[in-house]
Amino acid sequence: MRPVAVVGIGKTAFGAFPDRDLRSLAVEAGQKALADAHAKPEQIEAFYLGNFAGPSFVGQNHLAPYIAAGMGIIGIPATRFEAACASSGAAFFNAVSAVAAGLYDVVLVTGVEKMTSQPTPKVTEILAGAGDLCGEVRAGATFPALFAMIARRHMYQYGTTREQMAAVAVKNHANGAKNPLAHMRKVITMEQALAGKPIAEPLTVYDCSLVSDGAAAVVIAPLERASEFAGKPIRVLGISQTSDNVALDEKDDITTLRAVKTSAAKAYKMAGVSPADIQFAELHDCFTIAEILATEDLGFVEKGEGGPYALAGKTCLQGERPINTSGGLKAKGHPVGATGVGQICDVALQIRGEAGERQIARNKLGLAQNLGGSGATSVVTILGAA
Amino acid sequence: MTSPGSGTVYTETVVFSPPEAYVNDVPYQLAIIQLENGRRLTGRIDGEHARIGDKVAFVDFRNNVAFFRKAA
Repeated sequence: MRPVAVVGIGKTAFGAFPDRDLRSLAVEAGQKALADAHAKPEQIEAFYLGNFAGPSFVGQNHLAPYIAAGMGIIGIPATRFEAACASSGAAFFNAVSAVAAGLYDVVLVTGVEKMTSQPTPKVTEILAGAGDLCGEVRAGATFPALFAMIARRHMYQYGTTREQMAAVAVKNHANGAKNPLAHMRKVITMEQALAGKPIAEPLTVYDCSLVSDGAAAVVIAPLERASEFAGKPIRVLGISQTSDNVALDEKDDITTLRAVKTSAAKAYKMAGVSPADIQFAELHDCFTIAEILATEDLGFVEKGEGGPYALAGKTCLQGERPINTSGGLKAKGHPVGATGVGQICDVALQIRGEAGERQIARNKLGLAQNLGGSGATSVVTILGAA
Repeated sequence: MTSPGSGTVYTETVVFSPPEAYVNDVPYQLAIIQLENGRRLTGRIDGEHARIGDKVAFVDFRNNVAFFRKAA
């Protein structure tokens, strides 16, 4: 297997853009990544697209060649990957695997979602399609409800509190306010976070990530060819994708994201590092409780210690291990199909030292964790300076 | 459909922001029930609010969804 590097990154702003269609967002991100790498469309040997529900949100199918052609890229394999909110994480994992195996050299990976053209109950219903439609969803489960039930059980078993979850929201909003591409650049207080409108008890609107439009893209290449491209290459040191049951009621212990544990173990082994070595991370905070679970299941802290870890400020910009310096899904926004590749871009930006106001000093080894559904797909990637 | 019998609340939530199909039901309590047969089932709680650990009894199926009620 050949070492693989990220040689170009590009993102649109995340937000609500009524005048933008899905294709134009994906094309903008892809062109930015190509420009960042100083790569030409004709150099791209394969196009991997992550998109969760374009057909449901905007009615468009056959998305990968449609978007590729929008960038002047034709005559290559162009394929869409769907793995719920881990769609572009899965696209990235498969693209890296293909380059590592020697199938292609220069590959473009893009993630995109266009969500804000539908009313909230419709968005809620489309997102619920990532759950078990014959069981939990028919009973009335939404994604906030599934993570609310995870939160309730975590509170019951480990004493996790509303304040600890709110601390995640306050921290991610503080970081998002410093990110020019974030959907919500607004600082919030602990009092506001605790007094939010209930969505699914105990989660309030401040525990939930945003419904956003947006796209993100990366160009990857074998490390041995990285010097042909502009900018500082970022090495993919470890990567893994694993699966678990889709239905929450089929999981033995809902306070643990089993796929995160299995994918993390493989990624750490591949990179030859331990959880303690990871200096910073972009984690999948679709809900505040999900960031707490991830810090535990990635091995940053013991099970049950994720809440106190967040409340103690260990994960804030000045903390011992900054998490979601981009603002996370909570404040940066969560155009679901764009999130996985967006995280790769944000980790790369920190390692390149280009994160502006939110730049951290200990930026050599970062991790991205992308989750699908209530944990049925997990992609964990470890990135470092090449 | 056969009755899932009674069980214990493994976890629960009250939903305020519904999917399109249930806009007229909110707020409603959703729960994962640990059944006496060892399996778990996601269903609704009717009537009095139930907490983790509470015993619940099966009431009926409505549109293939199991409804439970807090046991006396």
